[in-house]
Amino acid sequence: MRDTFIQGSYLAASVLFILGLRMLTRPDKARRGMQLAAVGMLCAIVGTLLNHTIVDYRWIVGGIVLGVIIGYPMGTRVPMTAMPQRIALSLTLSALAATLVGVAEYYTRMANGTPPDRVTMTALGFEIMLGCITVAGTIVAAGKLQEWLPSKPLTYKGQNLLNGLVFLFIVVLLVTVISNPTKQWAFYTMIGASLLFGVMLVLPIGGADMPVVVALLNSYSGLASCATGFAIGNVILIISGSLDGSSGFILSVLMSKAMNRSFTNVLFGAFGSEVKAGPKSSAGMTVHSIGVEDAAIQLAYAQLVIIIPGYGMAVAQAQHAVRELAEVIEKRGGEVKFAVHPVAGRMPGHMNVLLAEANVPYDRLYEMDEINGEFDRADVALVIGANDVVNPAARNDKSSPIYGMPILNADHAKSVIVLKRGMSAGFAGIENELFYDKKTSMLFGDAKASLTGLLAEIKNV
Amino acid sequence: MSSQLLELYVFVLAAFTGYMVISRVPALLHTPLMAATNAIAGISLVGSLIAAGAAQNRVATILGFVAVVAATSNIVGGFIIVDRMLKMFKREDKKK
Repeated sequence: MRDTFIQGSYLAASVLFILGLRMLTRPDKARRGMQLAAVGMLCAIVGTLLNHTIVDYRWIVGGIVLGVIIGYPMGTRVPMTAMPQRIALSLTLSALAATLVGVAEYYTRMANGTPPDRVTMTALGFEIMLGCITVAGTIVAAGKLQEWLPSKPLTYKGQNLLNGLVFLFIVVLLVTVISNPTKQWAFYTMIGASLLFGVMLVLPIGGADMPVVVALLNSYSGLASCATGFAIGNVILIISGSLDGSSGFILSVLMSKAMNRSFTNVLFGAFGSEVKAGPKSSAGMTVHSIGVEDAAIQLAYAQLVIIIPGYGMAVAQAQHAVRELAEVIEKRGGEVKFAVHPVAGRMPGHMNVLLAEANVPYDRLYEMDEINGEFDRADVALVIGANDVVNPAARNDKSSPIYGMPILNADHAKSVIVLKRGMSAGFAGIENELFYDKKTSMLFGDAKASLTGLLAEIKNV
Repeated sequence: MSSQLLELYVFVLAAFTGYMVISRVPALLHTPLMAATNAIAGISLVGSLIAAGAAQNRVATILGFVAVVAATSNIVGGFIIVDRMLKMFKREDKKK
């Protein structure tokens, strides 16, 4: 009877999770959907607490209280600009929980003298391996995103070879412990080796490739939860884990596609690590620098302005100033649209969240395919802290490392204004010929300061 | 059919369902999607609760306890943050 109730609560939770994700396909229903998912979570927790193997509730109550105390500020206080590292950290937490459950299960079985059979051991092994890689990898990723660690790729000679050897070592340990689950040394060594591998895997990956890596680690952590489910025979873990895993998988495929690169290339290519002098150097080309006044006049008389936000906008926290600028232009009768490249920023959908935070209605945010045809009739393309996503070299320079990556057609607009801190090359370390184009004007300075200046000037025009 | 085979069935069907549902989420909502699936991944709390409460041995209890803390904070923080994010997405006509 009790067991039926528990299984019923898991079934309800699964249905609510899937419904919740289904409602996430529409922005106006999404919030309600996630509330349903939260109810589902509550069902699953209540159901589990009735489990007859639970005999002592003291540690559970303590853990839940402590978890709420830690989790509540993590939900309410973290600013939207810190979202990429917040997401990475929540991956750390879920992978950590899954891993610890696996270790506890293995330890208990060994202590009780009932070593797991090979099938269970396979699940446990994969769980520990994926879980530890995710824990270490996401900590490094969060550190890079928060800039506690250098966000530049860290590379050295023979890196791929060394990574490969460590991975091979992990595989050997995994096979050893599966073929003979009583070999505890192999199990515990594998934990250490997987943690090490997680660090080594993410260190050589730079800031702009983070969306792919975070998505990939997301799918690892989902698979780790799945494996936990197999190991302890719990269906709800398998279902939720595979939902999480497929979301991570879909996102990482989408992100790689948007950069025209394969997984292996992102993971082992260390983009922009060697300073490729750039097939086209900037020597002999000049940029046209512009003052705030002139830029303001261009924007004030434009009929259609397409704004292209990039990571620079997030760094300068300029999203509110961007929205104000858009409002001022619209008051003067111009039209403003936002063009969001799939990999702009440091995580999938980064720009959308920031602009939504600044109260830009979501029907103004256009995806690449929707907006690219409209640049031809745009008077001004306003590039705010974006670089590689508007580099025409992706279209017409076969020797460029980003050749083939789909880009926003900013260069089709009648004029282009680029807000940029300085003339440093973009993340990929490639020169951007758009900046040297005759119709491009560069407005140097911090994005927020420039925008505030523009706002004041436009009001005077 | 063995229970492990049944679990494999569940896994394949759930992954398939997840793929069908999630591939329809628009790019606009990809960040909330990541946050949401992460919060749902806090379901590892289910395993953690059993490890922490089964009183098998001290090591398992302590590992379970840490896992409960990690998973709970992930669930609580995760669902709050998704709600905060989704609350921000508004349509145009509201302003008029």
